[in-house]
Amino acid sequence: MSDYNTSGFDSANMFSIDGRRIPFKPGQTILQAALEAGVYIPHLCHHPDLKPHGSCKLCTVTVNGRNGSACTARALPGLEVENDTPALNDRRRVLLQMLFVEGDHFCPGCEKSGNCQLQALAYDLEMVAPHFRHFFPKRTVDASHPDIWLDLNRCIMCELCVRASRDIDGKNVFMLAGRGANSQVVVNSPTGLLKDSALTADDAAAQICPVGAILHKRVGYSVPIGQRQFDDATIGHQVEYLARRHIPIKPVAVDAPKMPEKEGV
Amino acid sequence: MSEVSEFSRLVEPVLQRHQWRPDRLLQILRDVQDVLDYLSDDTLVRLAEELRISYAQVRSTRDFYAFLYSENRGRYRVLFSDNITDRMLGNQALFEQMLANFGLAAGQVSADGLVSVDLTSCTGMCDQGPAILVNELAITRMTPQRVDEICVLVKNEVPLADWPAEFFVVEDNIRRADMLLGTPHEPGHAIRAAITRGRDGMLAEMRIANLRGRGGAGFTTAIKWEACRQAPGEQRYIVCNADEGEPGTFKDRVLLQSYAGRVFEGMVIAAYTVGARLGLLYLRAEYRYLRPQLEAFLAGMRAQNLLGKDIAGDKGFDFDIEIHLGAGAYICGEESALIESLEGKAGKPRVRPPFPVTCGYMNQPTVVNNVETLCKATEIAIHGGAWYEAIGTKQSTGTKIISVAGDCERPGLYEYAFGVRIAQILEDCGASEAMAVQVSGASGVCLSEREFGRRIAFEDVPTAGSFMIFDTQRDLFEVARNFAHFFRHESCGFCTPCRTGTALLSDLMDKIADGRGTQYEMNELLRVQAVMKASSHCGLGQTAGNAVADTVQKFRPAYERRLAQTDFMPAFDLDAALAKGRAITGRDDALAHLDQGA
Ligand code: SF4
Ligand code: SF4
Ligand code: FES
Repeated sequence: MSDYNTSGFDSANMFSIDGRRIPFKPGQTILQAALEAGVYIPHLCHHPDLKPHGSCKLCTVTVNGRNGSACTARALPGLEVENDTPALNDRRRVLLQMLFVEGDHFCPGCEKSGNCQLQALAYDLEMVAPHFRHFFPKRTVDASHPDIWLDLNRCIMCELCVRASRDIDGKNVFMLAGRGANSQVVVNSPTGLLKDSALTADDAAAQICPVGAILHKRVGYSVPIGQRQFDDATIGHQVEYLARRHIPIKPVAVDAPKMPEKEGV
Repeated sequence: MSEVSEFSRLVEPVLQRHQWRPDRLLQILRDVQDVLDYLSDDTLVRLAEELRISYAQVRSTRDFYAFLYSENRGRYRVLFSDNITDRMLGNQALFEQMLANFGLAAGQVSADGLVSVDLTSCTGMCDQGPAILVNELAITRMTPQRVDEICVLVKNEVPLADWPAEFFVVEDNIRRADMLLGTPHEPGHAIRAAITRGRDGMLAEMRIANLRGRGGAGFTTAIKWEACRQAPGEQRYIVCNADEGEPGTFKDRVLLQSYAGRVFEGMVIAAYTVGARLGLLYLRAEYRYLRPQLEAFLAGMRAQNLLGKDIAGDKGFDFDIEIHLGAGAYICGEESALIESLEGKAGKPRVRPPFPVTCGYMNQPTVVNNVETLCKATEIAIHGGAWYEAIGTKQSTGTKIISVAGDCERPGLYEYAFGVRIAQILEDCGASEAMAVQVSGASGVCLSEREFGRRIAFEDVPTAGSFMIFDTQRDLFEVARNFAHFFRHESCGFCTPCRTGTALLSDLMDKIADGRGTQYEMNELLRVQAVMKASSHCGLGQTAGNAVADTVQKFRPAYERRLAQTDFMPAFDLDAALAKGRAITGRDDALAHLDQGA
C-alpha cells in the first residue's frame, strides 16, 4: 500500500482495481467510482440515478480478500479490489445462468434483444448455454395498459422498476411480493392490473427495466438489428454509457414510434 | 351492505388497537387473520385504504410470511413440523395417517372448509417431537393414537380451548443446569445491581466480561451496546431476538417459558446502559403459545416497578417492552430482516452498513440481542465482569446452552461452560452410537466421529445452540436433503445466488434421491454451493449449502450408493414424458415408446 503515498495522486482518495489506481469522491461506492474512471464492473440491479440495492450480485468483487457487492460497498482509501479475474467471471457466469433458467428468456424473439442488459452480459461473459435445468415458472403477462406491457416471464427481480416508481416518480406502482423462488413483481392497483395503476408511459419506472419485462407498446422492433445499444460494442466497452445513462423522461410518441436515442458507445 | 359492516365490525377494533399505524402492518395482518381466518385480496385493498398505504405494500407483507394466508386454509389449520428430527421420530407416517383420516392431500383444504393438513419448518420441539401446530398452537409428542384423537376433535368442531390440556404441554427437559439454568431468580435483583453500577459502570463490566452474542455470529455485546449508546438518534431501542428458527434449537423457548424474568431484566439492563425507552420482543410464530404468559409476566414487572416510569426508583429511567409476533419466516432471525419485519414489512435483510446499532428500528440506533445473551447480561450485572470472564475459554466466556436432539437417550437442554468437547455432550446425553453431529442447525457444520474431540467455543466449533445427533443407522444424505429443502423454502428471494441456488441444490438432491444422479450432479452440488457461499447477500445464502458440502465430503458413500453408473442422466423420465402424447393419439404400441436402455 506504500506505493500510494509515493504516487502523484492524492492517496487519501484512491484505491485500486486489478492493480489500476481509481480516484473517488468520498461517499461513492466502488462501482460508481469504477464506472466514472472508465473501469467496467458487470452489474444489473444498479442504476446511476437510484440508491444502491445489491440484489443481483453480478458486481461481486473481492475487496481486500473478501467478497462484497461493488454497488453497495463504499470506496475507501487503499482498498485493493479484484474484479476482472477468471474466478470472479466464472462466478458471474453462473449467476447469469441462474437468472436465465429462473425466468423465461427467449432472446431471438424478444423485443428487447440488442438493448437488453442481461443478454448483453451473457455475450460479454461468454455464457454459451443456460447450463442448469430450466425452472419453467408460471408467470403472468399483463397487457391491460394502453401504452405499457408487463411480461414477468422475463423479470430478473432487480427491483429497478420498484425503486424508480417509488423514488423518482413518487407513485409506488411496483413492489416485489412473495418470497424465495416464488417472489414476483406485483402492481399496485385494486385489480392488480397495470391499467388500473398510476403508471404512465413517461414514468421513469416505465423506461428503466434492464430486460424485456416492462416494454412500451407499438415501438417494438422499430430499431433495426445492428443499430441497437449493444450491437456494435459489447456492454463491457460501454462504460461511459453505463456511468452516465439517465432515464429518458420524454413521453414515447405513440403515432411516430421512436426508440430513445442511442447513447454512448 | 351487511358484509361491509361485518368487515368494519371485526376489523375496526384491530385497527384501533394498532392506531392505524402502517409500521404495525404485520401485527395488524396477524390480528385481522385471527378474526377473518385468511387475508383475501379484497381485505388487503380495504386495509390499504384504511392505513393509507399502497395495496402492493400490504400484499408484499402478506405474501412473504408462511403463516399469512391469501385464501381459506380451513378453520383448523394443522401443520406438521418437518425438521429432520421430527422425521427421525416418525412424523411422515403420522402425517399420512392424518391426511388419510380426513381424506385429504397434503396442503388441500377439505370441501367443507373445515381443515387442512400440511408441513412446516422446524417448530422448535425437537426434544419432544414429532410436533404439530394447530392454528399456531404447539402440540408435542404425536402418536398414532393422538392423531386419531385430534381428527375426532376436528370433525366434531370442538374449539381448541376445549382440547385436552395435556396435548399442549411443552416440557423444559433441562438435563444439565449450570450458572444460568441452575440459579434461582430474584425479581429485580439484576436491575438494581445494574443501577448501582451506573451506566458507565455497567458498560465497563460488560467489556470486562467479554460476553459474545449467543445468536451464532458471536459479536461482542459490549461493543454493540456502546456503539448504540454513542450513535446519534432521537430514540434508542432494545430488540430481543426470539425468532429461534434454526432447525434443532429450542433453548430460547425454554428460557422464555421458565426464565422470562432474566430475559426481560436483561432488556431493562440493556436499555439502562444505552438509554432506550422502548424494547421489542420479536417472538417467532411457533412460540405463540407463550404470548399470554409473557404478557402476564410483563404486567407483573410493571406492577413491581421493574418496567414503566422511574424503574426501581431511578428517576427518569423509563422503559417498557412490547411483544411482536412473527408469522413464519426463518430469515427474520437475521437482525436487519427482523427489524424490517418489526416495521411491518417483508423480512428481507437490509444493505449494511449502516448497521442496526446506528440505524435500526425506525432508522434509530438499535441493539438486537439474542434471548440467551440478555440472560447473560443479568449475571454480569449481579456478579461483575471479572467473575464472568473467568468461566469458559479465553475467547468464549461464560456458559452456553445446547439444545440436544436426535439419536440419544436424553434429549433436552444442557448447559456447559464453553470449551466442552463434543464427546462429553454425547456421553452425557446417552448417545453411544453417534456417527455424526450437526452443530448449530441446518446452516451449521456436520461433524463426523473423527471430530468428536473438538470443543464448543467460538475459537473451535461455534454454535447458536442446536445439536442434532445421528447414529450409525441414519442416512446423512437424507439429512442434507431435508436441509436443502428447508433453505429453498426459507430463502427470502432478495438476491440471485440464494433465491435460485437453494432451488437448484434441492432439485439436485432430489434427482440423486430418485436414482437419476451421477458424478456430474455431485460436482454440480459443490459448484452451486461455492457460488452461493461467495456471493449471497446474507448468512442464509452463504451457509445454505454447508450441510450438503459437508456431507458430500465426509459421508460420500451415502451419496455414491445412489448414483447411476453413467456419465449423465436427465432429471425426468423421457418415456413417461410422452405418455400424454400417447393418450392423445390413442397409441400404446412398442414404437410409441422410447427405448429406455439406449
Ligand atoms: S420488471 Fe424489470 S425492472 Fe422490474 S424487477 Fe423485473 S426486471 Fe427489474
Ligand atoms: S442470501 Fe438468501 S436470505 Fe439472504 S438476502 Fe439473499 S436471498 Fe435473502
Ligand atoms: S449491481 Fe451490485 S448487486 Fe446488482
